[in-house]
Amino acid sequence: MKSAVLVFPGINRERDMARALKLASGQEAAMVWHAETALPDGTDLVVVPGGFSYGDYLRCGAIAARAPIMDAVRAFAAKGGLVLGVCNGFQILCESGLLPGVLMRNAQLKFICRDVHIRVERSDTAFTRGYNAGQIIRVPVAHGEGNYEADEETLKRLEGEGRVLYRYCSADGVVDEHSNINGAAQSIAGIVSERGNVLGMMPHPENHVEDIMGCTDGRGLFAGLVAHLERAA
Amino acid sequence: MKARVTVTLKSGILDPQGKAIEGALKSLGVDGVASVRQGKVFDIEISGSDKAKTEAALKDAADKLLANTVIENYAIEING
Repeated sequence: MKSAVLVFPGINRERDMARALKLASGQEAAMVWHAETALPDGTDLVVVPGGFSYGDYLRCGAIAARAPIMDAVRAFAAKGGLVLGVCNGFQILCESGLLPGVLMRNAQLKFICRDVHIRVERSDTAFTRGYNAGQIIRVPVAHGEGNYEADEETLKRLEGEGRVLYRYCSADGVVDEHSNINGAAQSIAGIVSERGNVLGMMPHPENHVEDIMGCTDGRGLFAGLVAHLERAA
Repeated sequence: MKARVTVTLKSGILDPQGKAIEGALKSLGVDGVASVRQGKVFDIEISGSDKAKTEAALKDAADKLLANTVIENYAIEING
C-alpha cells in the first residue's frame, strides 16, 4: 500500500499517521507538502492527518481545504482513489466538498482529549474490513470541533445508504446521549462518501496501533485497507 | 473600494458560542437580552471602481472561502 500523507502548516499528527501506515503496510508513507500540485505516482491511499492546520483560522480546515494539493486529491477521489481524513483531516474533507456536512463546536464548548468507544457499523467497506460489524473499539479523540452536523435530508441519505461507519457509544456499545461525546448528529464519528472511497472520522485510530500505546484497537482500520488493496490488485 | 462581508449562522443552526455569550450577558445583568447569535465581519479593500464587478468578486470570495454555505449566510456591503 503506497500512502501519501498530506502536510499543512499547523498539522501535528502526520508522523503518528506515517508510523501507523508503515506498521500496517511495511511501506514508508510519502509526506506531501500542501503547496504541491500532484500526488506521487502510484498512490493507493491519501491521508489527511489531524492537527490544527492554519491555527484553525476562519473555520477548522477551511484554509487547508483550498490548498493547491487539494485539487489533486479531488481528482484522485473522483477516480475512486481511497482518501482517509482524521480529526482536522475530517474537517478539511468536509470543507473541501469531498464529504457532506460540517464539524461544529462541541456541544459542551469543551476541548475533549481522552479515549472513547466507537461502534463499527458495518464491515464490508475498505475502511472497516479489518473489523466485525457491531464491534466496539477504543480510540482516542482530541478535538474542540467534532460535532458533526448536516441538514436533515443529508443525514437521512447517510443513514439510508449505510454511510455512517463509526458511531460514538459506551464501552458496552450503547449509543445514546451520554456516550455521544460532542453532541454529533446521530452520534456520528465517521462517514464515507457516496462511492465509499473517502472516509472522514474524528477519533484517531493511528494512536492505538502498538502495545506501548496501551491499546491496538486502531490497527484494524489500517490492516483492513491493506487487505482491501491486496484484494483489488 | 471598501467593502464589508458579514457572515452569520443560518437560523436553526445551533450556536453554542452565542448561547455562552448570551448567558454571560444575562449574568452581567444587561437588561432585556433575549438571545445572541455570533458571526464574523470581514473588512476588505478591493481595487477597481465598477460596483457590479466588485460585488461579483466579493460574492465569489464569500462562496469560495469566507462562508461555509452549509451553515452560514453572508451579506455584502460596498461603501464607495
